[in-house]
Amino acid sequence: MQPGPTSHRPYTLVAELTYRCPLRCLYCSNPVQRADAPQAELDTASWQRALTQAEELGVVQVHFSGGEPLLRRDLEALVQHAHSLGLYCSLITSALGLTRARLGELAQAGLDHVQISLQGLSDADGLQIAGRTGLAEKLVAMEWVRSLSLPLTVNVVLHRHNIEQVPELIDLAARVGAERLELANTQFLGWALENQAYLLPTAAQIERARAQASAARDRLRGRMEILFVLPDYHTGTVRACMSGWASRYMVVSPDGLVLPCHQAHTLPGLTFERVTERALGDIWRDSPALNAFRGEAWMEEPCRGCERREQDFGGCRCQAFALTGRLNATDPACRLAPEHGRVLEARSRAAAPPTAERPVQLRYRRVPSAR
Amino acid sequence: MTVPVTGARPKLARKVRLKLDRHTGEHWLIYPERGLRLNASAARIAALCSGELQVDQLVERLCAETCAAGRERIERDTHAFLQALSERGLLEWVT
Repeated sequence: MQPGPTSHRPYTLVAELTYRCPLRCLYCSNPVQRADAPQAELDTASWQRALTQAEELGVVQVHFSGGEPLLRRDLEALVQHAHSLGLYCSLITSALGLTRARLGELAQAGLDHVQISLQGLSDADGLQIAGRTGLAEKLVAMEWVRSLSLPLTVNVVLHRHNIEQVPELIDLAARVGAERLELANTQFLGWALENQAYLLPTAAQIERARAQASAARDRLRGRMEILFVLPDYHTGTVRACMSGWASRYMVVSPDGLVLPCHQAHTLPGLTFERVTERALGDIWRDSPALNAFRGEAWMEEPCRGCERREQDFGGCRCQAFALTGRLNATDPACRLAPEHGRVLEARSRAAAPPTAERPVQLRYRRVPSAR
Repeated sequence: MTVPVTGARPKLARKVRLKLDRHTGEHWLIYPERGLRLNASAARIAALCSGELQVDQLVERLCAETCAAGRERIERDTHAFLQALSERGLLEWVT
């Protein structure tokens, strides 16, 4: 029997195949708490079953992500399975370790789109942010993507030390023939929050980059799509995080937890269920953790009476908890939030950058092994 | 509508898939991180964007299929839709 779409139909499945990664990015969205112990990973058959059940639930797109999904040797089999279900398959990768032969096999298996991340314009950026170089490998991989006629997105996480490269990054993406360029300002959760003092840009930097991206968007309209994801720390308004908790996006962690986002399993008091334990459709509909922040009943003031609550859903639960210690709090990125002062403090610290007398401690993301 | 070269033939960009949503019976254009829900006539136009027909021929084909709406209306709607797709980078022009 088909469960069919629910009122909270998931359109996109983010399949986080592994937390293993060749990079150590200072802003990684993988949970800090799971970096040290070896992590169990779903086997091929479990992922294939999850994909099948996700499609039955209404999912139309799947992002194979991680960690570095190329480290899974069964990636081709998973892409093939997703493709056979009619799912639009994107590979979200660093491209490190990729070969042309493997990319060819992935294309053959039905891959629809490749997203390759860049840390910046030079190997020095890679070394400083991700703990290793690899720019040349990434550029070659982008050429392979083009030569196999696969659509390409270039993704750059923006922060204080690369945000002034935006014009050159736009030129580079256009030169390699990317269809899309994602300029995503760092979201300060997980590792990025640990490294906020180093990463948070100034308001002036953001304004300049936004204007540059906007001008390029007009210039390149119809040829290359440019996304500039505004940082909520500077806008005074919150993001509609994941389009609402357990609403349109479903994330499955490497060990099979069904999540509303990349970080939710680090929140206290919520028990998420595994795809290996119960049918995905049942988990999606009934899991108390997935129902915890659906709708508006959980909201506190000022969200509860706010006219924006249907657009921003009260913001990000992970950010609210990280900055206030309370799960139901209004996201402090909102200028109406009682704890907005936390965000303003961070902004004023960014305006007065660290000096030799007050150096910044960097915490590189640690990477778990497979269990 | 801006056709880059006279006689160029519209084709869905390679990042775009036209998909029938089996849950709702609607057609969608699916592309990275996005989906565009189409009404029946937009879906029919999208299906004809295969790089084989020029815009005029495409309109001709639609008119032959749908007598109800007059040619002028079909032409106007088709141009508007192709323009919108083109601006979103969802269309290529084959010459």
